[in-house]
Amino acid sequence: MNQLIEIAGLTKAYDSKHIAVNNITLSLPRGKIIGLLGPNGSGKTTLIKMMNGLLTPTHGNIRINGQFVGADTKAHVAYLPDRTYLSGGQKISRVLDFFCDFYLDFQRDKAMAMLQSLNIDPDMKLKALSKGTREKVQLILVMSRDADLYVLDEPIAGVDPAARDYILRTIINNYNPGSTILLSTHLIGDIESVLDEVIFMRYGHLVLYTSVDNIREQHGKSVDAYFREVFAC
Amino acid sequence: MAWDLEADRPIYAQLVERIQMQIVSGQYPPGTRLPSVRELAATAAVNPNTMQKAFAELERGGLILTQRTNGRSVTDDEELIRQVRSGLAKEHLDHFFLKMQELGFTRGETVELLKESAGRAPAGIERPGTGEEPEGTVKPEEMGSPKEREQGVEQ
Repeated sequence: MNQLIEIAGLTKAYDSKHIAVNNITLSLPRGKIIGLLGPNGSGKTTLIKMMNGLLTPTHGNIRINGQFVGADTKAHVAYLPDRTYLSGGQKISRVLDFFCDFYLDFQRDKAMAMLQSLNIDPDMKLKALSKGTREKVQLILVMSRDADLYVLDEPIAGVDPAARDYILRTIINNYNPGSTILLSTHLIGDIESVLDEVIFMRYGHLVLYTSVDNIREQHGKSVDAYFREVFAC
Repeated sequence: MAWDLEADRPIYAQLVERIQMQIVSGQYPPGTRLPSVRELAATAAVNPNTMQKAFAELERGGLILTQRTNGRSVTDDEELIRQVRSGLAKEHLDHFFLKMQELGFTRGETVELLKESAGRAPAGIERPGTGEEPEGTVKPEEMGSPKEREQGVEQ
């Protein structure tokens, strides 16, 4: 099994009129950083939730490492949701304990080292942190797992440019050739030099799956500029 | 400090040019060890696979050697480095003459202007690597090399 993710005929219909993901078939390799790009409402988050078993496909299926999405794949997929699920009253250190219990591949030392490098005190409660710091903590939690697949839903949306740089550096530094990072965003310009490949989605359809340098070579423009052209309103 | 990359050209090609420049300008002297792919990718804020591709390209050209035990280093073939440097200089000169032609100067006029300009230029400008456009020059903060980079990650 060479491909890490295999998506076959995947469809999610919320009702007969609202098809969030429409018949997507796609294979994604190991060892890549892949951007999932598309305008609001194009089905990015729905696709991501199906990869994590949080939504059930109407048709089709997803296999990760050859296994259908389920409890077994969750052990190997690290997921950063678009909204937090942690309770604000907990201390960071308590959340670390929780992750240690919950995920066999969680590396507490690594998380502590990253917190320390950002001068974040593990005794702080989550609700006492700024929005940007809270997002950093959540990214640290996710990237401290030794997973096959990291799925990051809008990891850089709410943070300042310096924090964005830190997040991108964290992604690069923790990248390992055996695993793939899939991240959704609409801030393309900020991250395109970090990406190997991009997936464009629109109205639930797969529009394009190619490499960043292919777009630059064939169209003589950045992915950001090309995106604006393809999705011009 | 992320490298400035142009938006309309493949990233790996720009990385190749950038590292080539760092080698011929002596920032990485012949025979020295290069930072790891991951380190350099983090400094440049680019994808490690793309940096890997740039390194592979430079290896094909012979500027970079891979030793199994000791990572990658700059070639100690100074003749090769000189050749690459002359090649780059020639490209810049061709580009310059083309631009001057577009501005309506003949070759002869361009050469005259060049001499005049060289006479005015402040002393010390002929040091290799500083005659470039600002974009191509090695900025001091990037010369701080591996140590500073590691600290950078810690911020």
